[in-house]
Amino acid sequence: MSSMDLIRSGYIKELLESGKRLESRGIDEFRRIVIKCNTLGNAEGSAQVDVGNTKVLAGVKMVVEEPHSDTPDEGNFIVSAELLPVASAEYDVGPPSPSAIELARVIDRGIRAGNCIDLKSLSIDKESVWSVYVDLYVLNYDGNLFDAGTLAVMSALAHTRIPKFENEEIVHTADDKPLKIENTVVSTTFCKVGDKIILDPNGAEESAMSTRLTIATDGLHIRAMQKGLSGSFSIDEINNLVDLSFSKYEELKKQINATLDK
Amino acid sequence: MSHANKPELIINGKRTDGRDFEELRPLKVEAGILKNAAGSAYLEWGNNKVLAAVYGPREVVPKHLTDSSKAIVKCRYSMAPFSSLSEHGRSGPNRRAMEISKVTKEVFENVIMLNEYPGSEIDIFVEILQGDGGTRSAGITAAAVALAIAGIAIRDLVYAVSAAKIGENMIIDPNMIEDNYSDADMPVAVSPKNNEILLLQMDGGYTKEELKRSFEMVFKAGKTITEIQKESIRKLYEGVSK
Repeated sequence: MSSMDLIRSGYIKELLESGKRLESRGIDEFRRIVIKCNTLGNAEGSAQVDVGNTKVLAGVKMVVEEPHSDTPDEGNFIVSAELLPVASAEYDVGPPSPSAIELARVIDRGIRAGNCIDLKSLSIDKESVWSVYVDLYVLNYDGNLFDAGTLAVMSALAHTRIPKFENEEIVHTADDKPLKIENTVVSTTFCKVGDKIILDPNGAEESAMSTRLTIATDGLHIRAMQKGLSGSFSIDEINNLVDLSFSKYEELKKQINATLDK
Repeated sequence: MSHANKPELIINGKRTDGRDFEELRPLKVEAGILKNAAGSAYLEWGNNKVLAAVYGPREVVPKHLTDSSKAIVKCRYSMAPFSSLSEHGRSGPNRRAMEISKVTKEVFENVIMLNEYPGSEIDIFVEILQGDGGTRSAGITAAAVALAIAGIAIRDLVYAVSAAKIGENMIIDPNMIEDNYSDADMPVAVSPKNNEILLLQMDGGYTKEELKRSFEMVFKAGKTITEIQKESIRKLYEGVSK
């Protein structure tokens, strides 16, 4: 941690002790969320999500592949994430870091566990299925990549169109069918600074946090959870955060749905 | 979560291996079996066979990662190519192993008194020799024992175990087949002194009530696991005092 980070962390802790937060935000308040869909023409689906100054982009490519032997009648769903060097001075060029892998896998698990895509509907014939490759590009880091990423992947999927597969070739037509979305999963990420817990941490708050909890829900069930970093949570804290996560579901779902009305 | 040929996992109130819902698989821990390591443990948990070893505190490699105020922790969780029934595993870390290594490392960063060892590195290695569901929990439970006998200052002897949901039933310590076909699955690592949660991962579908019930089962199982861990350490030193 640099000396600048130390000073900033101390300030964030002091603020929270006196019941305040950077940018006068409430402890359970999201930053402004902006979702723009289908910003890219060559991807079968795409979405760019801003959460405050955090900016991520999800792109979907539909690929025809052989089915896996253990799921012969199902398509595939694969989420990857890249912490691009353009997104932060902290990010380097190179193979995916453990943080990037964790980010992708947590987003993947929530959406997969929520059965958001009917993988059976992606079966083409005995030899071929659709694989949905979603790549999450982190363009600017200012905290809470998990929630921004889940919103981006979910929104990109909701705007994905399935091309036609004719004579062993993928053909894009004007009447490509939309990928059917069966369920909407969103996530809420909390971080602990001192003994205070706040929703949607920005980058400075993340540099002061001891631990982090991401909870993905579909409004009815908890679909995925992931605790990160070396700090700890008590059971009471976790139960409270689950309640808070459920209470944020409709607000976030509305943001995704709003992009579909346009 | 959608599976074509989902097997019957609960028959007449018993699980596929004859266990009750809250019953752990047999757990055996042997402390200190690798002479070169600062601390080590071999663990059998059901059909899981796991080796954990701790090296250090030692010089940080590469040097630029050195933190002059505290020790850094490195962890590698690895499944042997012959550890799974289905296929020969590819060597080298995959994405799953990298994620498990990361969350395991974070557990031990919590319990090791890092400030006692400034400028040094502590390595934790978890080798899964045979896997049958719950390998990350088995690895953490074994590594905790290895760390305890390595003479490294720790705050607590942590344990880990998974909870799962099968239909409407909450169960503890799912085996591979239960894990594969469960409706929810949640590995948890706990510092038993104050029941603080150090690792929490979950996927599937839990209601709030099911989650609460699952945590209760984890803490109850934890009492048994902690006792077996402690017993393995006692056994190691029994011979020394005689």
